Amino acid sequence: MRTVQAVAWKEIQIYFSSPTAYIVGLIFLAMTGVFFARDVVQTSSNPFPEASLSGFFQGATIILILMAPALTMRLLAEEQKLGTIELLLTSPVRDWEVVIGKYLASLTFLLVTVAATAYYVILLVVFADPDPGPMWAGYLGLVLYGATALSIGMLTSTLTSNQIVAAVVALGILLVLYFTDYAAGTLTGLPAAIVQEIGIKSHFDDFDRGVIDTKHVVYYVIVTAFFLFLTVRALESRRWR
Amino acid sequence: MIQATALTHFYGPNPAIEDVSFGVKRGEILGFLGPNGAGKTTTMRILTGFMPPTRGKVTLDGYDVVEKSLDVRRRVGYLPETVPLYTDMTVTSYLKYMGTLRGMPSRNIKRRIEDVIDVCRLEDYRSSLIAKLSKGFRQRVGIAQAILHEPEVLVLDEPTIGIDPIQVVETRSLIKDLGKQQTVVLSSHILPEVSMICERVLIIHEGHIVAEDTPGNLAERLQGSDQLEVEIGGPTGEVLAELREIEGVASVRHRSLANREVYTVRLLQGADVRDEISRAVVARGWSLLSMQSVGMTLEDIFLRLTTDEEN
Repeated sequence: MRTVQAVAWKEIQIYFSSPTAYIVGLIFLAMTGVFFARDVVQTSSNPFPEASLSGFFQGATIILILMAPALTMRLLAEEQKLGTIELLLTSPVRDWEVVIGKYLASLTFLLVTVAATAYYVILLVVFADPDPGPMWAGYLGLVLYGATALSIGMLTSTLTSNQIVAAVVALGILLVLYFTDYAAGTLTGLPAAIVQEIGIKSHFDDFDRGVIDTKHVVYYVIVTAFFLFLTVRALESRRWR
Repeated sequence: MIQATALTHFYGPNPAIEDVSFGVKRGEILGFLGPNGAGKTTTMRILTGFMPPTRGKVTLDGYDVVEKSLDVRRRVGYLPETVPLYTDMTVTSYLKYMGTLRGMPSRNIKRRIEDVIDVCRLEDYRSSLIAKLSKGFRQRVGIAQAILHEPEVLVLDEPTIGIDPIQVVETRSLIKDLGKQQTVVLSSHILPEVSMICERVLIIHEGHIVAEDTPGNLAERLQGSDQLEVEIGGPTGEVLAELREIEGVASVRHRSLANREVYTVRLLQGADVRDEISRAVVARGWSLLSMQSVGMTLEDIFLRLTTDEEN
């Protein structure tokens, strides 16, 4: 446990001392701010605005797809590039401890960034009377969704020593999972249902409506665990290559 | 301390090492000597548990490197050839991190960081970013992290590569000091270095161990006897006969080099016949133009061994 903590703490320090992470966080806040504002400000195209975070949540799902790979791409690819992986894997640290430590660091950065959006909530509470249910559920959904996206980034970062490749491949996987909703529309029956269930976005929408369905929570937890498991396996397989 | 049996490792279809077996006693300094690509790094990586051998078995202090990997890794300090370091950390924060990864209690980490900073002479650089350090200082940081947790076995892959001569000398004496308490396995392609530091040498070539001995014995074993190169002005046949008469001479070969008659005299172990040769030459009225002893260096042995292997 101490080693998980040590790995996580080191990565967290690097996140909070590197410009890249701040830029990524800044873009997230700027973009979601636009989505939030469009949803709650009265304009000619939006004559009856609603005091909800729905616009922010929907926009955030897209921004997270871009943000998660940027946060995770460095984590293992750089160790392989610098060769520091050799010292890491010859230290008395289990492979899963390395993976969990690094994953927790990226999750921490994500949580801090998401927590910074709390001022949207404050604005709503001060100037209107929002329904708290969908807000809490939406935040829970967003964190689960982000956690899953990060786990996919972890896997691709382990598979290559090139950070760009890691990010692009993770982005590709996330885009496919995001748009399976649309693909499901072209199918009928069982295939449509399966494709629908695989999609990372289709499981998010209930949260946005204020519904916490165990099915969706389980989906995110299982998919995250699955990708982290693959990450550990990929790291182990490095030894055999 | 370390027992390696029939290690074989394949990268794709080609074996990097094949049937490599050796043992290292506690407190010994063992040197792996071989040209680049001989399989030194592969062997080191297997010893440290970075990758498992395709075939074969290594135990360290009785623990199997593959099956009891964590126990082995706790006992080993490793300096890879490329000295990989986190360039965006300071020296102390890096050492602290490595200490924690090695499962050292925090109190010990503090104390040991002071020790290794002292031993590796990094006082002035403790809060410098590793990115800003020169190659030589990075090497010291690399050694510092390897000895931080007081490992029983120290594995150093090419510890003096790419640093300036003064630092090379310092590093060598540091390794020698470390070898007083710890078991050290190091690799090098520099012969004088290995013969200077190591108590025993394994010469590895194209993935095979081609010789194993103390640096001294190795030289003796291959050399067999000392040699003299003598240049004598006189009739070749008679000179040869005369030289062969002398007691202590094993054999004499003759070759002409641009009008110079050079005789290579192989001597029996421990014999010194320089006096006899000069007297004999003078007595026959020939001229003694030059005489020098040619000891075979490890370098020659190495070349010879590796060429033999190729044939």
